[in-house]
Order: sequence, then structure tokens, then C-alpha cells
Amino acid sequence: MSTHAWILLGLFLSVLLLTVKPLGSYIAYVMEGHFSLGGKIERPLYRLCGVRHDEEMGWLDYAYAILLFNVLGVLAVYALQRLQVWLPLNPQAFTNVSPDSAFNTALSFATNTNWQGYSGESTMSYLTQMLGLAVQNFFSAATGIVVVIALIRGFARHSAKTVGNAWVDLTRITLYVLLPISIIYAVFLTGQGVIQNFDAYKDVTTLEVKKYDNPKNGPDGQPLKDEKGNAVTESAETQTQTLPMGPVASQEAIKMLGTNGGGFFNANSAHPYENPTPLSNFIQMLSIFLIPAALCFTFGRMVGDTRQGWAVLAAMTLMFVVLAAAAMHFEQQANPLLTQLGVDPSAGNMEGKETRFGIAESGLFAAITTAASCGAVNAMHDSFTPLGGMIPLVLMQLGEVVFGGTGTGLYGMLVFAIMAVFISGLMIGRTPEYLGKKIETYEMKMTSIAILVTPLLVLLGTAIAVMTEAGRAGILNPGPHGFSEILYAFTSAANNNGSAFAGLSANTPFYNIMLGIAVWFGRFGVIVPVLAMAGSLAAKKRIAVGAGTLPTHGPLFVTLLIGVVLLVGLLNYVPALALGPVIEHLLLFAAH
Amino acid sequence: MKTLLRPALSLFVLLTAVTGLVYPLVVTGIAKLVFPEAADGSLIVSNGQAVGSRLIGQNFTDPRYFWGRPSATSPQPYNASASSGSNQGPLNPALSDAVKGRIDALKAADPDNTRPIPADLVNASASGLDPHISPAAANYQIERVAKARRLDPSAVKALVDKYTEGRQWSVFGEPRVNVLELNIELDSLH
Repeated sequence: MSTHAWILLGLFLSVLLLTVKPLGSYIAYVMEGHFSLGGKIERPLYRLCGVRHDEEMGWLDYAYAILLFNVLGVLAVYALQRLQVWLPLNPQAFTNVSPDSAFNTALSFATNTNWQGYSGESTMSYLTQMLGLAVQNFFSAATGIVVVIALIRGFARHSAKTVGNAWVDLTRITLYVLLPISIIYAVFLTGQGVIQNFDAYKDVTTLEVKKYDNPKNGPDGQPLKDEKGNAVTESAETQTQTLPMGPVASQEAIKMLGTNGGGFFNANSAHPYENPTPLSNFIQMLSIFLIPAALCFTFGRMVGDTRQGWAVLAAMTLMFVVLAAAAMHFEQQANPLLTQLGVDPSAGNMEGKETRFGIAESGLFAAITTAASCGAVNAMHDSFTPLGGMIPLVLMQLGEVVFGGTGTGLYGMLVFAIMAVFISGLMIGRTPEYLGKKIETYEMKMTSIAILVTPLLVLLGTAIAVMTEAGRAGILNPGPHGFSEILYAFTSAANNNGSAFAGLSANTPFYNIMLGIAVWFGRFGVIVPVLAMAGSLAAKKRIAVGAGTLPTHGPLFVTLLIGVVLLVGLLNYVPALALGPVIEHLLLFAAH
Repeated sequence: MKTLLRPALSLFVLLTAVTGLVYPLVVTGIAKLVFPEAADGSLIVSNGQAVGSRLIGQNFTDPRYFWGRPSATSPQPYNASASSGSNQGPLNPALSDAVKGRIDALKAADPDNTRPIPADLVNASASGLDPHISPAAANYQIERVAKARRLDPSAVKALVDKYTEGRQWSVFGEPRVNVLELNIELDSLH
């Protein structure tokens, strides 16, 4: 790893840590209802919406509310895509999206996954982008945060029947946290060069005239094929480049801040109009971790012991540093097959990377975006070295708890913390407890469901895809890498990440439906048990700290927590990883 | 469940209006006021005609121009309305073939050049629209461009230096050269 890479990593973590306490305490302040100006804004709003803001909900009502709100999101995004040709703000006259692709995209954006089977710049109207996709960027981020706030209340309260009011929580986090930060952030991004307008695409006259083969379309609009199945082309000549336009900056801001990751354009944050400068790139990386890191402090503040929050943050940071350094290291390795051809190996693996970001910024971004459940990319993960590409895969497979998504990362990690106190309770022969709450059968059942639902979806989904013709048809790269493409797709979907080994042709009915199912159950298959646990914890009495209590804020607990996360991840995924990236690594380097 | 329906629907509509309409319009308003040029795409205008964007690369294959990163967009390279990388994995034979083809093209245009080949000049970018190449990739091409344009290599070198940016704030990103801006200036020399 280069000096530049180390400096970058150090600077990134230092700036991030500086933001944790101020933002974390602000979120706690807002969610506990202390924001006094808020009352004036909220009261008329609640009256209009029929929200009884002074009444709290039990966990089941809270879960119903969240589910209902998200189902509405799915329906809205689906409808916008299926009707966009008749709706305004569609200067390129894009046709309606196909039903299976619209289904996949609607589920994917409502669950904070933002997997993209489509290319934004040739599929989605401006209206679909801003009123459908960007709105879900806000709502799915808000959903994750309010679920973790409910769980935190479960720990903080005792002998209580309720965990909060879902409507009030969703409103507050959206209006006072996500929205103001996004406005400032979006304006900053335009300053760096991200576009923000509603113009039609712009034609410019290029310096050179270019000849190329243009695929011919038949009368039905589908590409023509000859008898051998090859595309029929005609030679064409052009001196025009068509620049895409749109309200990009506003969407980009919440895409990163809400760990959503669905790009306005196909190339996502590698596109110069989404991420034009190294500075915009640094801020984008920072904004992915901003809320997940701050929530650790919010957690500590709300349970009345900030050391608890710092311990969780320490566990996340330690795992992150090791894996991020590994990603940057492996991408610095040149492809030996290309070195043989005479390519200078000193620049590392530049396939699928942008010049302005180079190796360090691309490797670090890849680790951040998959540690958090963001899934935005500034380099093409499919072209990473075998082990460089395995790091994003592993980070997702750890359950998106290394920072993780907004809210989802912390509740995922707290589920692992419960698992850790349970295991250590078994070892020392005492009833496990966490933050003064006894962990009993019910909590362990919910913990098991929350931990096992994603590996089940990933491994079953991958197995079905590699066994069926429709699944194998999507593969781009031959050999073990093709298997990795499928494994990556299901890992990314079930863990609600959204990044891809994008060579996989996933915009087919098979993948749209399979991955649509994976994103939905990977999301709510965890949220519901977490809320159930919040309800049961809130109802419990708090037990005083005794001589036999395992302290959950010291290095011992941090180590235990990391151990449990790694153990579960390894047990689930090592065989699959061996079949993909590990074999590929051996094939690439052993022979040369 | 029934008591949840009205708040769900009305809150959904209201917050959608705030985050999906008011928010992007407010940002557009501010952006157009404070950074009008950037908000519209950082266009380069010459003689009243838009000839490109500072941020979006163009395809160059003429030896008289500096060449940019290989681009995997389709149907033609640097198709700005279909950004894409190659997504080829390191062991994919198609990757080695493509790189070999690009090396051959570089050698054919400049047979005397014996320097090691800069990786970014033969590996496709992530967006397919990368406006930059590394200083090493620019230096690799100076002799060829100078010869094709019958210019003194030191004059071309001076131009390359002019369009070379260092790391942003000395710490972020990599040093780079904007290919389109460099080529436009080259054309203006005549």
C-alpha cells in the first residue's frame, strides 16, 4: 500500500470521527423530541395527516406502520416507471419501464438496496428519478434509522409497552436530519461540477469525426440478428456527442447520505457528472459513513452510557481498517497477464478505474460502499483483482454491520452484540444480559432469525441461479469469476447493498424477480424480528449491574463482538468464496 | 391497521412532495444562482458552438491528438448517453485481447517509442467517459503528437504541463491531464 493510501485512510477516519459526537448528539436530540422549533412545523402537519402524535405505538403497530409506508413507496415507484411516458419531465421521451424491471427497481429502492438492472440515462425520466427514486432514497434511509431508534428505546426504557410513534419518528428524521444536510451537500456537489438542471440532453460537436458500427433495429424496435445470432450493424459516422442532463446533484446527495447508492447514471459515482473531482469523491466517501457512525453515539447517549456506543463504533472501525487496507493493497497489484504484454505494472490494476481517483481512492471507496450498505461505486468491482474484489463481497457477507446502512448497520451490530453476550454467558455459566436487560429465549429466537435470514437468501439464490439456464445466461466473465458475479448479485441484494459485479446481465425476468424477492426479505426479514425484540426488551425490567455482569464497553467485549461477527460470516460463506475469488486468485497468480 | 392507513397515505404524499419536488427545485434554484456553469454541465464553447464538456472525455484516434482512456461504451466509445465500464475480469481472455489491440495501435502510431506502456492508456475507464489520463500517459504520447503536427516536442511538453493538475488540495486523488482541453489548445496553435 502506498503512502498516499495510508494518508488518505488516516485522514478519512480522522475527519469521520470528528463528526460522530456532534451529529450523534443532534440525532438523539431530534429523536427525543427536544427540537423546539419542530413543534411549530409538526403540529399542523400531523393535524392534516391525522397523526395522533402524542400516542405511542407498541412494536407490532410500529412494524405495521413501517411496512405500510414502504409498501406505498413500492407502489409509487412502480407506477411512476410504468406511466412515465405520459407524465411530465421526460425530455428524452423514454418509454415505460418493463414490468419485471419496474418491479425489481421499486422493491430495490424501497429497501435501501438500489440495485440497478437498468441504465439511468437511457431509461428513467427526470420525474421518475426525483419523485420516485430520490424520494425512496429519503424514506428508506429514514426507515432504517427509525427502526434502530425503536430498538435503542427498547434498551433505554423499562417496563414499557411502547417503542415510539413511527409517523413522528419518520417525519423528524426526514425533515430535521436528512433534508437539511442534503441541501447543503447538493449545492457543494454542484460547486465541484455535478450537474443540476431540467434541460434536454445536449448535443456537442466533437473534435474528431468518428466511424462506428451501429446496431440495426427491426420494425419491432428490437435489435436485428443474423442467422448466426450476431447483431446486424450498419456503419455510421458521427461528430456529435450527446451529453446527458438532469437534476443529478439533489439525487446524488441523498444517494450517499442515506447509504442508498442508486446512481442517476449507469456508471454511478464513476461518472464525471456524478462525482467530478477527488474532493467530491472524498466527501462522498465521508457521507456514506456519516450517519451510520453518528448513530453509534446516538445509541450511547440514549441508553445513558456513551461508552457503549464508542465500543460498538470501535469494533466497526477495527474491522473496517483491516479490510479497507486490504482492498487498496490488492488493487495496487498489476494484472500479471497484462504485465506480460508490456504494460507498466507500477500503476496497479487500472481496468475499470477512473484516472482522477486512481488505485487508493477506488479501493477505499469500494471498501466503504460495501462496509456500509451503500452500493454506489466509483470503479467497476467486476474488474478488480480476484482478492481485491473479494473484499467488497466479504464486507457485505459480514451482514452489513461494519458501519452498515443508515440505522440498519447499528441494529445489525446490536443483534450481533446480543449474540456475543449470549455466547459469553454460556461460557461463564450466567444468564446473559445486555445494557441491563436479560437476554432470554425470545430474544435469542429473534436474533437467530435476523442473523440467518440473509445467508439463507444469498446461498439459496446463488445455488438456484447457477443450476438454471436463465441464471447462467447472465454471466459475462468465464471461469470462477462468472460464479463470483452471481454470488455477488445475491449477496448484494439480500444484504441491501446494491453494488454489483456489473458484467452480469441482470435485467432479465429471472434476475429481476429473484433479486426482487431477495431485497424484500433481506430487509423486512430482519426489521420485523428487530422490532419484535425492541418490544420485548422495552417491557423488561432493568437489572442492576452486579459482580457477574460482563462489561460491554471495554476491549474484551469489542474483541468478543468482532469474533462473533467474523465467526458467523466465515461459517456461512467460506465454501462459496473458495469457489469464486480464491480459485481465481490462484489461477491468475500461480501460473505466472 | 385501519387507523394506520390515513396517516400512512397522507404523510407519504406530503413528505413525497417535500423531498421529491420542493427539495430538487430548491437545490436547482440555488445551484443555478451560485454555480450556473457547473449546474449546466461545464460546457466548453468555442465560436458560439458547444464543442464538449470539461468533465466528459471524447474519443481520439488521430495521431495528431492526445488519446484518452479506452472506453467500453457502446455502440461507439465515449457515448455519453450510455456510460459503462468493460466489466471484464482479470482472467477474461477478452481483456488481454483488448489490451493487446490497444498496445498494437499505440506502437503502430509511434514505432520508435520504447517506454513502458502506461496502464491507464490501455485499460478501459469505469465510466467510459473519463476526461483524464495520467501524466505518464501524456508524456508517452508527446513525441508522436509533435511529429504528426511538425511541432517542437518541448512546445508540446509545455502544453501538457499547462493542463496537468496535481492532487486536489495536495492530498486527494491522482495527478492528471485533461485530454479534451489539451487537444483544443493544440488545434489553436495553428
